[in-house]
Amino acid sequence: MGRSDGGRDFESLVLPHLDAAYNLARWLMRDPVAAEDVVQEAAVRALTYFASFRGDNARGWFLQIVRNAAYASMKLDRGLRTVPLASGGDADAAAPEPADPADDPEHTLVKTQAHAGLDRLLAGLPVELRETIVLRELQELAYKDIAQITEVPIGTVMSRLWRARRLLAAAAQHEAVP
Amino acid sequence: MTRSHDPGECEMTLLVQAEFDGELDAAQAAALATHRADCPICQAAAESLGRVRQALREQAPYHRAPDSLRARLTAQAAPRRVTLVRTAGWRRAAAAFVAGGAIAASVMLALVPSGAPGLSDQVLAGHLRALEPGHLEDVISTDQHTVKPWFDGKLDFAPPVKDLKADGFPLEGGRLDYLDGRRVAAMVYGRAKHVIDLYAWPDAGADTAPTVLERDGYTLVRWRQDGMALWAVSDVERDQLVDFARRWRAMP
Repeated sequence: MGRSDGGRDFESLVLPHLDAAYNLARWLMRDPVAAEDVVQEAAVRALTYFASFRGDNARGWFLQIVRNAAYASMKLDRGLRTVPLASGGDADAAAPEPADPADDPEHTLVKTQAHAGLDRLLAGLPVELRETIVLRELQELAYKDIAQITEVPIGTVMSRLWRARRLLAAAAQHEAVP
Repeated sequence: MTRSHDPGECEMTLLVQAEFDGELDAAQAAALATHRADCPICQAAAESLGRVRQALREQAPYHRAPDSLRARLTAQAAPRRVTLVRTAGWRRAAAAFVAGGAIAASVMLALVPSGAPGLSDQVLAGHLRALEPGHLEDVISTDQHTVKPWFDGKLDFAPPVKDLKADGFPLEGGRLDYLDGRRVAAMVYGRAKHVIDLYAWPDAGADTAPTVLERDGYTLVRWRQDGMALWAVSDVERDQLVDFARRWRAMP
């Protein structure tokens, strides 16, 4: 499997970060099929752009593409609703409704916490808080990497992390009855 | 009782968090420790951060990429390497494309005679994936006048959409798919209870006659026509799929 050119290419840049990419997409889209589509789309974009990639941080670069693809997909979903095809309500029931950023997060949390584990609470966070806490706690990325991927200043990363954690802590406390 | 755990407000809490996340250097951490010794709010904040982290690690799964996705992306990347080697002797007009860069590489793919390794596997994988619930069609249709415009703006080419209803292969819809790292058109045809996927993407080579391949009980027929590479895949009987290809080619 060794590379004869010894250089970077699409496979060595992108494939090692596939788990990270899928995990981010999965938490952003909250649906396994949509997450696969997003990663696939991101890989196509990465294939197109990778010739111009000059940095050292391939993971951050690819995750940023994944995030952009996920946002594009969410935007698309909002515009046109796909025709519901066959299948019962199971799939729908499993995925919480996409949170409107305008929704009050505390309210959303209180609504769902009655029958939700922490994973559900996390899935119910507003997307900008959710992606930040996922990148920090599940991917264990540094602030500067999160700032690059989510395209905000480090200070914003810190305040989003704080808000996300405070919401999760409050909700987890109501839940946890040891 | 629960309220007492609320960390409340202190302007230093973001620093507590930064230390918790390993973002402070030693001097900053020492300064913070001095403050925290006298600040119950920051002490509570540190505890709360730890609890949330532990709860997340126990309850929030890290979703690893499914093997099928990994295999698809690997297959997607692999033929490209072969292609680049082959292009050395390729015709001149095409060689101009190879100027370098990934876009050129993926364009070249389409120019390689369809024997590129892995492509038939990808076509079959795409077909099987589409058969999963809810995945078959992005646009459901009764004729090509619905399907054709649907592809507009979603692809950088106009796929040849034909309805073979009169021949017993009604067009049921269309969707986008990915083969060899590019978007392709997938047209979905019905045959009794079976599904036939027809993939199309631009391919500048000369027209070729259909070739039949078999993979795991599925039949694939590939040919090239009017600047398009075409792959039909289905679990219908081999003869039926060949008949489908024949009729499709003959239709104007």
